[in-house]
Amino acid sequence: MNAIIFSAILGVVMMFCSAFVTNRSSYKYVAAIGLALLLMVNLLDSNGLTIFLIDTKGMLSFSKVGLLFNSICIGATLIYVLLSSKEIEKVDNYTAEYFALIFFVLCGISILTSFNNLLMLFLGVEIMSIPLYILTGSDKKNLKSNEAALKYFLMGAFSTGIMLLGIAFIYGATGTFAIDGNSRPLSMGTPFLSILEVAGCILMLISMSFKVSAAPFHFWTPDVYDGAPSVFTSFMATVVKVAGFFAFIKFFEGRIVSTSMAVNVNVGVNWKMLFAIIIIATLFVGNITAVFQQSVKRMLAYSSIAQAGFMLFALFSFNDYAKEGIVLYAASYSLATIGIFAILIKMKDYTFEGYNGLAKHSPIVAFVNTVCLLSLAGIPLTAGFFAKYFMLASVVKLGYAWLAIVGVLFAAVSVYYYFKVIAAMYFKTSEENPMIEVPAKSFQAGLLVLSIIIILLGIMPQFLLNWMYF
Amino acid sequence: MIALLLILVPLITGLLCMLLPNGKLLALLGSVVTLLLALVAVNTNSAAASLVTNVNWLPALGAKFHLAFDGMGKMLVLLTAVSLPLIIAATYKNGYNDSGKFYGLLMLAQTGLMGVFLSIDCLLFYFFWELALIPAYFLCSIWGGEKRITVTFKFFVYTFIGSLLMLVGILYVYFHTADASFSMDAFYKATLSVKEQNVLFWLFFIAFAIKMPVFPFHTWQPDTYEQAPTGVTMLLSGVMVKMGLFAVVRWLLPIFPKAALAYDTVIISIAVFGMLYASFIAIKQDDIKRLIAYSSIAHIGLMAAALFTNQQIGYQGVMVQMFNHGVNVIGLWIVADAIEQQLGTRKFSELGGLAQKAPSLAILFIVMAFANVALPLTNAFVGEFLLFNGLFRFNVVLAAIAGISIILSAVYTLNAVQKIFYGATNHKTASVTEAAFGVNLSLVILTVTIIVLGIYPQPMIQLTEDSVNTLMLLVK
Repeated sequence: MNAIIFSAILGVVMMFCSAFVTNRSSYKYVAAIGLALLLMVNLLDSNGLTIFLIDTKGMLSFSKVGLLFNSICIGATLIYVLLSSKEIEKVDNYTAEYFALIFFVLCGISILTSFNNLLMLFLGVEIMSIPLYILTGSDKKNLKSNEAALKYFLMGAFSTGIMLLGIAFIYGATGTFAIDGNSRPLSMGTPFLSILEVAGCILMLISMSFKVSAAPFHFWTPDVYDGAPSVFTSFMATVVKVAGFFAFIKFFEGRIVSTSMAVNVNVGVNWKMLFAIIIIATLFVGNITAVFQQSVKRMLAYSSIAQAGFMLFALFSFNDYAKEGIVLYAASYSLATIGIFAILIKMKDYTFEGYNGLAKHSPIVAFVNTVCLLSLAGIPLTAGFFAKYFMLASVVKLGYAWLAIVGVLFAAVSVYYYFKVIAAMYFKTSEENPMIEVPAKSFQAGLLVLSIIIILLGIMPQFLLNWMYF
Repeated sequence: MIALLLILVPLITGLLCMLLPNGKLLALLGSVVTLLLALVAVNTNSAAASLVTNVNWLPALGAKFHLAFDGMGKMLVLLTAVSLPLIIAATYKNGYNDSGKFYGLLMLAQTGLMGVFLSIDCLLFYFFWELALIPAYFLCSIWGGEKRITVTFKFFVYTFIGSLLMLVGILYVYFHTADASFSMDAFYKATLSVKEQNVLFWLFFIAFAIKMPVFPFHTWQPDTYEQAPTGVTMLLSGVMVKMGLFAVVRWLLPIFPKAALAYDTVIISIAVFGMLYASFIAIKQDDIKRLIAYSSIAHIGLMAAALFTNQQIGYQGVMVQMFNHGVNVIGLWIVADAIEQQLGTRKFSELGGLAQKAPSLAILFIVMAFANVALPLTNAFVGEFLLFNGLFRFNVVLAAIAGISIILSAVYTLNAVQKIFYGATNHKTASVTEAAFGVNLSLVILTVTIIVLGIYPQPMIQLTEDSVNTLMLLVK
């Protein structure tokens, strides 16, 4: 509860900042302090210290996992702001407003990580999405940014419409908005979902797949990620995306596990097979298309689709491994991608050739970029390895080793495009000099801290996972 | 404790080498310290508490940071520890750019290798298995030849696919252990049906076969050996390929004994075919490095075949030969590198008459060449004798076919000796001088090892006896 209210207040504070504080460069400090504060109150919340005691009538429920997930999102945003706040200032004149919008997104995320009711799910998704439409179009004079914003808005509006229809169906079938299967009066006692409810669930599946850019609902992703100002792409592709995953999993966990998953075949819908198809399609589209990209930014957009495919493994298996895995995956994926984007934004040239010889020019930046890329590729000693490990373990445990094999084959494909960047940085030379503006000491220090966190999680993932239980 | 130090010393020296200027000397120092530690470990009883490190690593998953020695582990640790000082000494004068980083990465690769040979926990083993690969990737890609980037990438992807498949296999076995742990004992006792074994066997085997490499997974190997800087090639072919053979003994055979029995003829036939195939290609080569690469495939093929014979004597042969092959092949690479450094070419067609100019190099190389042919009095004779003995007991026909490769190896090796060292000198080779001191020193040490182990192989056999006996019990 703390995070929801604080993030909303901080958003308003940021807006007032722009009116009363004239020194533009001080906004980022306010935002960073605000985020640190937000992280703190959220951690307090997960230790049982709630500042606002509000009876939500069961519409919100704060579980350890949800709060941990929220902490990861806030923490990742904090790191993002620390690394990229200079770039946020460069987008346009409305720096404080951008920070305000980021706080509002976090407010939406806080609702998404704690919803217990379909209305709250809808509210969370909308509160999260609307500021993003604005951020996508924030580079007002750039046509590509405008196009991306319009596209994102239209597609988002469609998917929201589908979600509402789905919610309406489910409400019609069960007579309640609560996601928790046991509290549904109409279908109580029967393990089957009615046709209406199944239709509702499928509509929800489509709409949520859109939000997390799972194939075949991923088409907006590369254009929007490419068109939006890079600094906001970084935020969208990481924090926002993993929050969507949490909601996705939470919705289906309550609905499917308690009822039809056990029976499996349910009014002709084999959910496991449906999820498997989505997973494989997402992995396929993400990985194969990423191979052909010329621009690192577009490659990262497709790589985010590919990584979504791996995160969907949690949706497939719904066991303890999946739960721990999605937490770890969210953290490792967000941190690594934020790091890569923070470096990308500073590059003069977004193509692979633009990275040529970076290792000679600024070794620390190249090293951190390598750690982040290795983490995304899932190489041991980085957080990404354990993230993939848990995902694979969760499906192997269920006895679907074949799906794990499909997954690892695509993971091997992903090595191609991640290592292309590494190869450019270390093994090639460039005549152009410098390819990156000389990075500030503080920026390099921030990157080093990021890489240390990634490596630490790669050796001792329990540092993060223990928060789930204690 | 010593096991931990064997990992920490190369790790720390490796990192320091990369950060400090003049890391070359530090690397040499670190590798010598590692060698001393390894010698202490070899002369200590395997069960001694001073050798074992066992701490909790991921309690929730049942993974431990558990390092321990057995005979085979000792032998391979010794091989790894011996190779590094030799490699550094032999390439000391080569003048790689950023030599501190080069030798630092070499030490990091050694860290990974030590970890692979010492891990008693399967997840830990997987960790080190991958970690040994990353430094090798950077070493080959930064300091390698003209086509280094694509070739090294192929090498990386091959091995990475293999290890990912193995990871799925490891997870599957893990969920079938009694106490949900990654420990070696739990894995050996995992309850797997014959059908499950037959599938999982291949998930593991492909990973190991790519690493060894065994035909048809060998295609990365000649290219990589050719393009990699020779110092790295020495490590790759001398030590790193032993990871594959080692892993078969440590993990594959004991976990899937039934599947190993079911597929023994298939695998041995493939391996024997690969031996002949590689030998024939070796005859055709005009490049020293490619010749050694293919000859190495042939030798490894024989070891791989012997691993599936289920004969005590064959296993014993593999143990002895792993060490011997490592020593011999490093010797061959050192000579190849000495020639390339002086002449800038590796082609037989451009060489000749070196024996007149560099007689001691010639003598030392001929000893290596004899060892490569497995002539009596050299260490390889002992190993190959045991290997063929095991293969013969398994199947006479296959052993006879494999025997052809002995003749072929004489053909290509002696041919190479002749073309490099004898005949008339040409304008290129006329100016050759004796190799650097470090090169000769390394070669002399190797020559002594080759002859001593050729006459008196007993210590090596005794060292690994316990591993062979355990293996025999486990696969029965």
